[in-house]
Amino acid sequence: MDLDALVRQFQKGDKTAFKDLYDRYAENICGVIHTIIKNRERSEELCQDVFVKIWENSASYDPSKGRFFTWILNIARNAAIDELRSKTHKNQKKNLQIHSLVDMIGEMDAIEDKPEAIGVKSLLKGLKEKCLLLIDLLYFRGYTQKEAAEELKAPVGTIKTRIRSCILQIRKNMKG
Amino acid sequence: MDIEKYIASGILELYVAGALSPEENLEVQHYAIEYPKIQQEIEAIEAALLEVTEKMSPGLSESTYNQIIAEIDDVIPFTPEVRKKKTLWTNYAGWAAALLFAIGMVWMYVGNQNLKTELQISSQQAENLKDEIIRVRTQITNTEETLKRLREKSISLVNLDGQDIAPESYAKVFWDQSRQMVVIDALGLPNPPVGYAYQVWSLMLNPLTPTSLGLLSDFEENEKRLFELENPNASEAFGITLEPAGGSKSPTLEQLYTLGQVSP
Repeated sequence: MDLDALVRQFQKGDKTAFKDLYDRYAENICGVIHTIIKNRERSEELCQDVFVKIWENSASYDPSKGRFFTWILNIARNAAIDELRSKTHKNQKKNLQIHSLVDMIGEMDAIEDKPEAIGVKSLLKGLKEKCLLLIDLLYFRGYTQKEAAEELKAPVGTIKTRIRSCILQIRKNMKG
Repeated sequence: MDIEKYIASGILELYVAGALSPEENLEVQHYAIEYPKIQQEIEAIEAALLEVTEKMSPGLSESTYNQIIAEIDDVIPFTPEVRKKKTLWTNYAGWAAALLFAIGMVWMYVGNQNLKTELQISSQQAENLKDEIIRVRTQITNTEETLKRLREKSISLVNLDGQDIAPESYAKVFWDQSRQMVVIDALGLPNPPVGYAYQVWSLMLNPLTPTSLGLLSDFEENEKRLFELENPNASEAFGITLEPAGGSKSPTLEQLYTLGQVSP
Protein backbone atom coordinates (compact mmCIF):
# COMPACT_ATOMS: atom_id res chain seq x y z
CA MET A 1 0.00 0.00 0.00
CA ASP A 2 1.36 3.43 -0.83
CA LEU A 3 1.89 5.93 1.94
CA ASP A 4 -1.09 8.18 1.11
CA ALA A 5 -3.51 5.23 1.16
CA LEU A 6 -1.96 3.94 4.38
CA VAL A 7 -2.39 7.31 6.06
CA ARG A 8 -6.00 7.52 4.87
CA GLN A 9 -6.72 4.08 6.34
CA PHE A 10 -5.05 5.09 9.57
CA GLN A 11 -7.15 8.23 9.74
CA LYS A 12 -10.25 6.06 9.43
CA GLY A 13 -9.14 4.28 12.62
CA ASP A 14 -7.59 1.23 10.98
CA LYS A 15 -5.20 -0.33 13.50
CA THR A 16 -3.43 -2.42 10.88
CA ALA A 17 -2.54 0.76 9.02
CA PHE A 18 -1.41 2.25 12.31
CA LYS A 19 0.86 -0.75 12.90
CA ASP A 20 2.32 -0.35 9.41
CA LEU A 21 3.04 3.31 10.06
CA TYR A 22 4.56 2.42 13.41
CA ASP A 23 6.86 -0.13 11.78
CA ARG A 24 7.82 2.43 9.20
CA TYR A 25 8.56 5.35 11.53
CA ALA A 26 8.97 4.14 15.14
CA GLU A 27 12.78 4.08 15.02
CA ASN A 28 12.88 7.54 13.45
CA ILE A 29 10.56 9.00 16.04
CA CYS A 30 12.50 7.38 18.83
CA GLY A 31 15.73 8.62 17.26
CA VAL A 32 14.46 12.20 17.23
CA ILE A 33 13.39 11.97 20.86
CA HIS A 34 16.63 10.32 21.90
CA THR A 35 18.68 13.00 20.14
CA ILE A 36 16.82 15.72 22.03
CA ILE A 37 16.54 14.28 25.54
CA LYS A 38 19.60 11.97 25.48
CA ASN A 39 18.08 9.43 27.84
CA ARG A 40 17.68 5.98 26.42
CA GLU A 41 14.95 4.59 28.73
CA ARG A 42 13.01 7.77 28.95
CA SER A 43 13.10 8.21 25.19
CA GLU A 44 11.52 4.80 24.71
CA GLU A 45 8.70 5.74 27.10
CA LEU A 46 8.25 9.05 25.35
CA CYS A 47 8.24 7.30 22.00
CA GLN A 48 5.30 5.20 23.21
CA ASP A 49 3.49 8.31 24.40
CA VAL A 50 4.06 9.97 21.05
CA PHE A 51 2.52 7.07 19.12
CA VAL A 52 -0.49 7.08 21.43
CA LYS A 53 -0.80 10.81 20.70
CA ILE A 54 -0.47 10.16 16.97
CA TRP A 55 -3.31 7.63 17.17
CA GLU A 56 -5.51 9.86 19.29
CA ASN A 57 -4.96 12.91 17.10
CA SER A 58 -5.09 11.14 13.76
CA ALA A 59 -8.04 13.26 12.64
CA SER A 60 -6.04 16.45 13.06
CA TYR A 61 -3.48 15.48 10.42
CA ASP A 62 -4.18 17.53 7.30
CA PRO A 63 -2.24 16.30 4.22
CA SER A 64 -2.56 19.75 2.68
CA LYS A 65 -0.35 21.13 5.45
CA GLY A 66 2.61 18.85 4.87
CA ARG A 67 4.08 15.37 4.81
CA PHE A 68 2.86 12.74 7.27
CA PHE A 69 6.38 12.30 8.60
CA THR A 70 6.68 16.06 9.09
CA TRP A 71 3.49 15.90 11.16
CA ILE A 72 4.66 13.08 13.45
CA LEU A 73 8.15 14.60 13.62
CA ASN A 74 6.54 17.75 14.99
CA ILE A 75 4.58 15.78 17.60
CA ALA A 76 7.75 13.92 18.64
CA ARG A 77 9.99 16.96 19.01
CA ASN A 78 7.30 18.89 20.90
CA ALA A 79 6.96 16.01 23.36
CA ALA A 80 10.75 15.77 23.75
CA ILE A 81 11.23 19.52 24.18
CA ASP A 82 8.42 19.57 26.77
CA GLU A 83 10.19 16.78 28.62
CA LEU A 84 13.44 18.70 28.48
CA ARG A 85 11.77 21.87 29.79
CA SER A 86 10.12 20.11 32.74
CA LYS A 87 13.45 18.41 33.57
CA THR A 88 15.36 21.67 33.32
CA HIS A 89 12.75 23.26 35.50
CA LYS A 90 13.47 20.66 38.17
CA ASN A 91 17.22 20.98 37.78
CA GLN A 92 18.10 24.55 36.91
CA LYS A 93 21.79 23.77 36.60
CA LYS A 94 21.27 21.99 33.29
CA ASN A 95 21.80 24.13 30.25
CA LEU A 96 19.01 24.11 27.68
CA GLN A 97 21.09 25.86 25.04
CA ILE A 98 23.11 22.77 24.20
CA HIS A 99 22.68 21.58 20.64
CA SER A 100 21.49 18.02 20.62
CA LEU A 101 22.93 16.74 17.39
CA VAL A 102 26.31 18.40 17.86
CA ASP A 103 26.40 17.01 21.40
CA MET A 104 25.35 13.62 20.26
CA ILE A 105 28.08 13.41 17.66
CA GLY A 106 30.55 14.60 20.27
CA GLU A 107 29.41 11.88 22.67
CA MET A 108 29.67 9.32 19.93
CA ASP A 109 33.22 10.37 19.24
CA ALA A 110 33.95 9.38 22.82
CA ILE A 111 32.39 5.93 22.47
CA GLU A 112 33.52 5.08 19.01
CA ASP A 113 33.26 1.35 19.35
CA LYS A 114 29.43 1.34 19.30
CA PRO A 115 28.09 0.06 15.97
CA GLU A 116 25.28 2.62 15.89
CA ALA A 117 27.80 5.38 16.48
CA ILE A 118 29.79 4.18 13.54
CA GLY A 119 26.64 4.26 11.42
CA VAL A 120 25.84 7.83 12.35
CA LYS A 121 29.40 8.91 11.86
CA SER A 122 29.59 7.54 8.38
CA LEU A 123 26.26 9.10 7.53
CA LEU A 124 27.28 12.52 8.77
CA LYS A 125 30.79 12.26 7.36
CA GLY A 126 32.09 15.50 5.94
CA LEU A 127 29.31 17.62 7.52
CA LYS A 128 30.60 20.78 9.14
CA GLU A 129 29.39 21.87 12.58
CA LYS A 130 27.42 24.61 10.81
CA CYS A 131 25.43 21.86 9.10
CA LEU A 132 24.85 19.85 12.26
CA LEU A 133 23.69 23.00 14.01
CA LEU A 134 21.28 23.86 11.23
CA ILE A 135 19.91 20.31 10.96
CA ASP A 136 19.44 20.36 14.71
CA LEU A 137 17.50 23.65 14.67
CA LEU A 138 15.31 22.85 11.69
CA TYR A 139 14.62 19.15 12.11
CA PHE A 140 15.10 18.47 15.81
CA ARG A 141 14.06 21.78 17.36
CA GLY A 142 11.29 22.78 14.99
CA TYR A 143 12.65 26.24 14.24
CA THR A 144 11.05 28.11 11.34
CA GLN A 145 13.42 29.37 8.61
CA LYS A 146 13.08 32.87 10.07
CA GLU A 147 13.88 31.72 13.62
CA ALA A 148 16.84 29.71 12.37
CA ALA A 149 18.10 32.74 10.44
CA GLU A 150 17.88 34.87 13.58
CA GLU A 151 19.56 32.21 15.72
CA LEU A 152 22.46 31.81 13.31
CA LYS A 153 22.57 35.49 12.36
CA ALA A 154 22.36 34.70 8.67
CA PRO A 155 19.88 35.72 5.92
CA VAL A 156 16.99 33.34 5.18
CA GLY A 157 18.38 32.76 1.68
CA THR A 158 21.65 31.53 3.15
CA ILE A 159 19.81 29.23 5.55
CA LYS A 160 17.97 27.66 2.62
CA THR A 161 21.00 27.06 0.43
CA ARG A 162 23.01 25.81 3.37
CA ILE A 163 20.45 23.22 4.47
CA ARG A 164 20.23 22.16 0.83
CA SER A 165 23.94 21.42 0.66
CA CYS A 166 23.94 19.74 4.11
CA ILE A 167 21.20 17.30 3.16
CA LEU A 168 22.83 16.70 -0.20
CA GLN A 169 26.00 15.66 1.61
CA ILE A 170 24.01 13.15 3.70
CA ARG A 171 22.40 11.78 0.55
CA LYS A 172 25.84 11.38 -0.97
CA ASN A 173 27.04 9.58 2.18
CA MET A 174 24.01 7.28 2.02
CA LYS A 175 25.04 6.08 -1.43
CA GLY A 176 28.37 5.24 0.18
CA MET B 1 9.09 27.65 -14.06
CA ASP B 2 12.70 26.55 -13.58
CA ILE B 3 12.34 23.29 -11.66
CA GLU B 4 16.08 22.85 -11.08
CA LYS B 5 16.41 26.32 -9.65
CA TYR B 6 13.38 25.78 -7.44
CA ILE B 7 14.85 22.54 -6.07
CA ALA B 8 18.26 24.15 -5.59
CA SER B 9 16.75 26.97 -3.53
CA GLY B 10 16.51 24.69 -0.50
CA ILE B 11 12.78 25.28 -0.02
CA LEU B 12 12.06 21.54 -0.20
CA GLU B 13 14.41 20.78 2.72
CA LEU B 14 12.51 23.37 4.75
CA TYR B 15 9.20 21.89 3.60
CA VAL B 16 10.16 18.46 5.00
CA ALA B 17 11.29 20.13 8.23
CA GLY B 18 7.90 21.85 8.54
CA ALA B 19 9.72 25.19 8.69
CA LEU B 20 7.71 26.98 5.97
CA SER B 21 4.72 29.28 6.27
CA PRO B 22 1.31 27.77 5.38
CA GLU B 23 1.33 29.70 2.07
CA GLU B 24 4.77 28.36 1.12
CA ASN B 25 3.64 24.87 2.11
CA LEU B 26 0.72 25.09 -0.29
CA GLU B 27 3.00 26.37 -3.02
CA VAL B 28 5.38 23.43 -2.61
CA GLN B 29 2.49 20.95 -2.62
CA HIS B 30 1.08 22.52 -5.73
CA TYR B 31 4.40 22.15 -7.55
CA ALA B 32 4.90 18.63 -6.20
CA ILE B 33 1.64 17.56 -7.83
CA GLU B 34 2.45 19.40 -11.04
CA TYR B 35 6.11 18.31 -11.35
CA PRO B 36 6.94 14.67 -10.46
CA LYS B 37 10.61 15.65 -10.19
CA ILE B 38 9.82 17.91 -7.26
CA GLN B 39 7.81 15.13 -5.61
CA GLN B 40 10.79 12.76 -6.08
CA GLU B 41 13.15 15.30 -4.60
CA ILE B 42 10.91 15.76 -1.54
CA GLU B 43 10.87 12.02 -1.00
CA ALA B 44 14.67 11.83 -1.34
CA ILE B 45 15.13 14.59 1.24
CA GLU B 46 12.72 12.82 3.58
CA ALA B 47 14.58 9.54 3.05
CA ALA B 48 17.83 11.24 4.10
CA LEU B 49 16.19 12.56 7.22
CA LEU B 50 14.69 9.14 7.96
CA GLU B 51 18.14 7.66 7.61
CA VAL B 52 19.66 10.12 10.07
CA THR B 53 16.88 9.83 12.65
CA GLU B 54 16.86 6.05 12.45
CA LYS B 55 20.58 5.97 13.12
CA MET B 56 20.00 8.14 16.17
CA SER B 57 17.51 5.69 17.68
CA PRO B 58 18.75 3.68 20.65
CA GLY B 59 16.65 0.78 19.34
CA LEU B 60 13.13 -0.11 20.34
CA SER B 61 12.22 -3.29 22.17
CA GLU B 62 9.67 -5.72 20.77
CA SER B 63 7.21 -4.88 23.52
CA THR B 64 6.97 -1.20 22.70
CA TYR B 65 4.18 -1.56 20.15
CA ASN B 66 2.17 -3.85 22.42
CA GLN B 67 2.43 -1.31 25.19
CA ILE B 68 1.15 1.39 22.84
CA ILE B 69 -1.79 -0.80 21.79
CA ALA B 70 -2.54 -1.63 25.42
CA GLU B 71 -2.64 2.07 26.21
CA ILE B 72 -4.79 2.86 23.18
CA ASP B 73 -7.25 0.08 24.02
CA ASP B 74 -7.37 1.25 27.59
CA VAL B 75 -8.56 4.58 26.29
CA ILE B 76 -12.23 4.74 25.44
CA PRO B 77 -12.58 3.02 22.04
CA PHE B 78 -13.20 5.37 19.21
CA THR B 79 -12.65 5.88 15.52
CA PRO B 80 -10.85 9.06 14.56
CA GLU B 81 -13.77 10.19 12.34
CA VAL B 82 -16.20 9.89 15.20
CA ARG B 83 -13.75 11.64 17.48
CA LYS B 84 -13.57 14.55 15.08
CA LYS B 85 -17.31 14.83 15.06
CA LYS B 86 -17.36 14.50 18.82
CA THR B 87 -14.97 17.39 19.16
CA LEU B 88 -17.11 19.43 16.82
CA TRP B 89 -20.19 18.49 18.80
CA THR B 90 -18.65 19.50 22.12
CA ASN B 91 -17.57 22.80 20.61
CA TYR B 92 -21.16 23.63 19.85
CA ALA B 93 -22.73 21.89 22.81
CA GLY B 94 -22.17 24.88 25.10
CA TRP B 95 -23.75 27.25 22.65
CA ALA B 96 -26.57 24.85 21.94
CA ALA B 97 -27.22 24.48 25.65
CA ALA B 98 -27.18 28.24 26.10
CA LEU B 99 -29.57 28.68 23.20
CA LEU B 100 -31.87 25.96 24.54
CA PHE B 101 -31.71 27.57 27.94
CA ALA B 102 -32.61 30.96 26.47
CA ILE B 103 -35.48 29.47 24.48
CA GLY B 104 -36.59 27.64 27.60
CA MET B 105 -36.50 30.85 29.60
CA VAL B 106 -38.57 32.70 27.01
CA TRP B 107 -40.97 29.78 26.82
CA MET B 108 -41.29 29.68 30.61
CA TYR B 109 -41.74 33.45 30.75
CA VAL B 110 -44.48 33.40 28.10
CA GLY B 111 -46.07 30.40 29.81
CA ASN B 112 -45.93 32.17 33.14
CA GLN B 113 -47.47 35.33 31.66
CA ASN B 114 -50.25 33.26 30.10
CA LEU B 115 -50.91 31.56 33.43
CA LYS B 116 -51.00 34.92 35.16
CA THR B 117 -53.49 36.22 32.60
CA GLU B 118 -55.57 33.06 32.94
CA LEU B 119 -55.48 33.39 36.69
CA GLN B 120 -56.61 36.99 36.42
CA ILE B 121 -59.45 36.00 34.11
CA SER B 122 -60.42 33.14 36.44
CA SER B 123 -60.45 35.31 39.52
CA GLN B 124 -62.41 37.95 37.59
CA GLN B 125 -64.90 35.27 36.62
CA ALA B 126 -65.10 34.13 40.23
CA GLU B 127 -65.72 37.75 41.26
CA ASN B 128 -68.44 38.05 38.64
CA LEU B 129 -70.07 34.82 39.79
CA LYS B 130 -69.97 36.03 43.37
CA ASP B 131 -71.65 39.28 42.31
CA GLU B 132 -74.18 37.28 40.34
CA ILE B 133 -74.98 35.14 43.37
CA ILE B 134 -75.41 38.23 45.55
CA ARG B 135 -77.60 39.81 42.91
CA VAL B 136 -79.77 36.69 42.53
CA ARG B 137 -80.06 36.30 46.29
CA THR B 138 -81.10 39.94 46.60
CA GLN B 139 -83.67 39.39 43.85
CA ILE B 140 -85.03 36.31 45.60
CA THR B 141 -85.26 38.19 48.89
CA ASN B 142 -87.01 41.10 47.18
CA THR B 143 -89.41 38.76 45.39
CA GLU B 144 -90.15 36.88 48.57
CA GLU B 145 -90.77 40.13 50.37
CA THR B 146 -93.03 41.36 47.61
CA LEU B 147 -94.95 38.10 47.61
CA LYS B 148 -95.25 38.22 51.39
CA ARG B 149 -96.54 41.76 51.24
CA LEU B 150 -99.03 41.02 48.47
CA ARG B 151 -100.46 38.18 50.57
CA GLU B 152 -101.10 40.38 53.58
CA LYS B 153 -104.72 40.76 54.64
CA SER B 154 -104.75 44.52 54.33
CA ILE B 155 -103.91 44.39 50.63
CA SER B 156 -106.70 44.94 48.17
CA LEU B 157 -106.37 43.94 44.53
CA VAL B 158 -107.61 46.12 41.71
CA ASN B 159 -107.67 44.73 38.20
CA LEU B 160 -107.08 47.31 35.47
CA ASP B 161 -108.51 46.31 32.08
CA GLY B 162 -107.28 47.25 28.65
CA GLN B 163 -108.88 50.31 27.09
CA ASP B 164 -109.65 51.31 23.48
CA ILE B 165 -106.06 52.10 22.54
CA ALA B 166 -104.76 48.76 23.85
CA PRO B 167 -107.57 46.29 24.53
CA GLU B 168 -105.17 43.40 25.14
CA SER B 169 -103.28 45.15 27.88
CA TYR B 170 -103.96 44.84 31.57
CA ALA B 171 -102.45 45.65 34.96
CA LYS B 172 -102.98 44.85 38.61
CA VAL B 173 -102.79 47.22 41.52
CA PHE B 174 -102.05 45.86 44.99
CA TRP B 175 -103.05 48.57 47.38
CA ASP B 176 -101.83 48.52 50.94
CA GLN B 177 -104.05 51.13 52.48
CA SER B 178 -102.45 50.91 55.92
CA ARG B 179 -99.01 51.68 54.56
CA GLN B 180 -100.41 53.97 51.83
CA MET B 181 -98.48 52.13 49.16
CA VAL B 182 -99.44 50.57 45.87
CA VAL B 183 -97.58 47.89 43.93
CA ILE B 184 -98.33 48.04 40.24
CA ASP B 185 -98.02 44.73 38.39
CA ALA B 186 -97.48 45.99 34.84
CA LEU B 187 -96.68 42.64 33.20
CA GLY B 188 -99.70 43.11 30.86
CA LEU B 189 -98.47 46.41 29.42
CA PRO B 190 -96.38 46.64 26.24
CA ASN B 191 -92.99 48.37 26.35
CA PRO B 192 -93.48 52.13 26.03
CA PRO B 193 -92.14 53.78 22.85
CA VAL B 194 -88.87 55.70 23.14
CA GLY B 195 -89.42 59.11 24.74
CA TYR B 196 -92.63 58.00 26.53
CA ALA B 197 -93.42 56.53 29.95
CA TYR B 198 -96.45 55.09 31.75
CA GLN B 199 -97.93 57.31 34.40
CA VAL B 200 -100.20 55.93 37.15
CA TRP B 201 -103.17 57.90 38.30
CA SER B 202 -105.41 57.66 41.34
CA LEU B 203 -108.92 58.67 40.41
CA MET B 204 -111.90 60.08 42.28
CA LEU B 205 -114.95 59.42 40.17
CA ASN B 206 -117.43 62.06 41.23
CA PRO B 207 -116.34 64.40 39.93
CA LEU B 208 -113.54 62.77 37.94
CA THR B 209 -110.34 63.95 39.64
CA PRO B 210 -106.98 62.38 38.65
CA THR B 211 -104.01 62.51 40.97
CA SER B 212 -100.62 61.38 39.69
CA LEU B 213 -98.97 58.59 41.71
CA GLY B 214 -95.84 58.65 39.60
CA LEU B 215 -94.18 57.06 36.61
CA LEU B 216 -93.37 53.41 35.93
CA SER B 217 -89.75 54.48 35.46
CA ASP B 218 -87.08 52.16 33.88
CA PHE B 219 -89.95 50.04 32.60
CA GLU B 220 -87.91 47.70 30.42
CA GLU B 221 -85.14 47.24 32.97
CA ASN B 222 -87.63 46.11 35.61
CA GLU B 223 -87.92 42.50 34.52
CA LYS B 224 -90.69 41.63 36.97
CA ARG B 225 -92.63 44.73 35.99
CA LEU B 226 -93.48 45.37 39.65
CA PHE B 227 -93.44 49.03 40.63
CA GLU B 228 -93.93 50.39 44.11
CA LEU B 229 -95.54 53.83 44.45
CA GLU B 230 -96.93 55.89 47.35
CA ASN B 231 -100.67 56.40 47.43
CA PRO B 232 -101.99 58.54 50.25
CA ASN B 233 -105.28 59.08 48.37
CA ALA B 234 -108.73 57.66 49.02
CA SER B 235 -108.69 56.20 45.49
CA GLU B 236 -111.87 55.01 43.80
CA ALA B 237 -110.15 53.86 40.63
CA PHE B 238 -106.70 53.58 39.08
CA GLY B 239 -105.66 54.34 35.52
CA ILE B 240 -102.43 54.12 33.56
CA THR B 241 -101.75 56.44 30.63
CA LEU B 242 -98.81 56.80 28.22
CA GLU B 243 -97.21 60.21 28.66
CA PRO B 244 -94.13 61.93 27.32
CA ALA B 245 -91.02 60.96 29.34
CA GLY B 246 -91.01 62.89 32.61
CA GLY B 247 -94.80 62.68 32.92
CA SER B 248 -97.71 65.11 32.60
CA LYS B 249 -99.72 67.21 35.07
CA SER B 250 -102.99 65.73 33.88
CA PRO B 251 -103.59 62.44 32.11
CA THR B 252 -103.80 62.26 28.32
CA LEU B 253 -107.05 60.33 28.15
CA GLU B 254 -106.53 59.39 24.49
CA GLN B 255 -103.53 57.42 25.72
CA LEU B 256 -105.35 55.63 28.57
CA TYR B 257 -104.09 52.05 28.45
CA THR B 258 -105.75 50.48 31.44
CA LEU B 259 -108.36 51.43 33.92
CA GLY B 260 -109.98 49.71 36.91
CA GLN B 261 -112.33 50.54 39.73
CA VAL B 262 -111.72 49.76 43.36
CA SER B 263 -114.40 47.44 44.51
CA PRO B 264 -116.48 48.97 47.25
